[in-house]
Amino acid sequence: MARLELRNVTRRFGDFVAVDDVSLSIESGEFFTLLGPSGCGKTTILRMIAGFDLPDAGQILLDGQDLADTPAEKRPVHTVFQNYALFPHLTVAENIAFPLRMARRPESEQRSMLNEMLEQVHLVDKAAAYPHELSGGQKQRVALARGLVNRPRLLLLDEPLGALDAKLREEMQVDLINLQRDVGITFVFVTHAQVEALALSHRIAVMNAGRVEQLDEPSKLYSAPQNRFVADFIGQINQLEAQVVEAAHGHLRLAVAGLGEIVAPPLAEAKAGDKGVYAIRPEQVRIGIHDEVSELKNHFSGEVKSLLYQGDVTVYRVGLANGAMLEALLPNSASGRAQLFEAGDAVKLGWRHDAGMFLHD
Amino acid sequence: MRRGPWLWAAALAVYAFLYLPLAIVVVYSFNDSRLNAEWVGFTLHWYDVLIHDEEMLLAAGNSLFIAFVSAFVATLLGTMAGMAIHRYDLKLLNFMALTPVAMPEILLGVSLLLFFIQVLNLTLGMLSIVLAHITFSIGFVAVIVRARLAGMDDSLFEAARDLGASPWETFRYVTFPLILPAVIAGGLMAFTLSIDDFVITFFTAGVGVQTLPLRIYSMIKIAVTPEVNAVSTLLMLLTLSMIVLASRFAPDVLKGKT
Repeated sequence: MARLELRNVTRRFGDFVAVDDVSLSIESGEFFTLLGPSGCGKTTILRMIAGFDLPDAGQILLDGQDLADTPAEKRPVHTVFQNYALFPHLTVAENIAFPLRMARRPESEQRSMLNEMLEQVHLVDKAAAYPHELSGGQKQRVALARGLVNRPRLLLLDEPLGALDAKLREEMQVDLINLQRDVGITFVFVTHAQVEALALSHRIAVMNAGRVEQLDEPSKLYSAPQNRFVADFIGQINQLEAQVVEAAHGHLRLAVAGLGEIVAPPLAEAKAGDKGVYAIRPEQVRIGIHDEVSELKNHFSGEVKSLLYQGDVTVYRVGLANGAMLEALLPNSASGRAQLFEAGDAVKLGWRHDAGMFLHD
Repeated sequence: MRRGPWLWAAALAVYAFLYLPLAIVVVYSFNDSRLNAEWVGFTLHWYDVLIHDEEMLLAAGNSLFIAFVSAFVATLLGTMAGMAIHRYDLKLLNFMALTPVAMPEILLGVSLLLFFIQVLNLTLGMLSIVLAHITFSIGFVAVIVRARLAGMDDSLFEAARDLGASPWETFRYVTFPLILPAVIAGGLMAFTLSIDDFVITFFTAGVGVQTLPLRIYSMIKIAVTPEVNAVSTLLMLLTLSMIVLASRFAPDVLKGKT
């Protein structure tokens, strides 16, 4: 069980600041995710925790102990690599037993730990196979087993699902959640795939340009992003230029381009004159032709410009009479609902006043 | 796509150009005549003469000894050089390891001769030949080992360390088993180069020691006897099998997929 702490960690490569004064702490047994676009510094942080790279400034502490002078092979931290990095000349069993051998555990203990792990990842019948004989999903499980078998205090995962196809990825997500709960080891997961991060993590640090933009639970990140970057990066969101007209105790009044004056939920740090965007998730926007939409506090008339059928849902792009373009999402749950509206249909859009939010530039 | 008959003809001509002279040497080594002029009949007589030629046997023994020792040392040093070039990714280092490979042999021969005599004050003989052969073999081994490393995923070595292997254990359990085919191929290559070498050996042998190529040369100064054909045939066979063996260990290197 381990608590990992980063204190003001900075890493520069020449003029490029890969990690910029990052501080965060990861709790024991947590499934923690570093999420961000490529080049945001998430992999650099992972490499510094593993010991392949050292911070230029700041400290990395594991259970209160500074790791600076501990080389990679001595850290109780193992990594699952993006491309698995399985040893091609060793069998599945030899691959998984590698860390046990390096730790010089007694033979009998090695054997029992290996067998237990093989069972846990359902690879007993593949023990004698070589990596090139395995499917992508099996390789993935060997890599996980090899990382976990010696009971590290921390397991680092570097985009481990990136190379799998969509269906397998979903299965592996479920496996990962179960495995992490069973072994109780702290996981630090790195990914650029927000869907993966939302599905797996207890907490997520959204990173951009070497900094942590927001650190929160998945549902908080989605429903209450703190800035435009987070709102944009996680899920789809409508954004319209807006300016604060009045910041009252219970609400914000905004002047929104294309919509006019809109009331939004209050924001502590907002004051009159602030510029930013008015943002609303497509699934919060109701679309219809009847009055039930008009009963909502915010409602507008518009015309369907285009639509995007995605199977489970359809996304409608609606141009409003006053110029704004908004996306609304409808689930295709009832039969015959695949295309409720056609391009050119006159529709009404509406949403609850607390569904939209103001985000600073 | 259909290839025209011209391409086949051209290919045939090229291979004839390459292999006809070799084929003639082999064929005439079985010729029952003192001269390489016309085919008389099949015999193994010249091979019999060969194995009773003591001077020839001594030269062959010298050649094998030199090849074994120089290949062993060159493999050791070349492997280390190949790993260093890969690790530090130094263009200059790579270039410098390759240069002796491309250097005109006569240049290398002369410079080694001067170096041994004037700088090391060495008496030319077995030692100087071995040192010279090591010198020109290292580059080949280094290139083959480096090519193998370049084709491998560097995260394998990071993974080994990550899972608790010290730098030595990483080499012992991961790096070495993975580059072993290239090391063997490099060694075989070095062995072949040493056995066949004439020019550099000529400059660094002095008067006391004779190798197989030197012996062949001194024989043909008088006449190309069928005995020379026989020894050439055997040498060719040895070289060929070495190349086949090497290509089995490092197919990627010899198929030009570096």
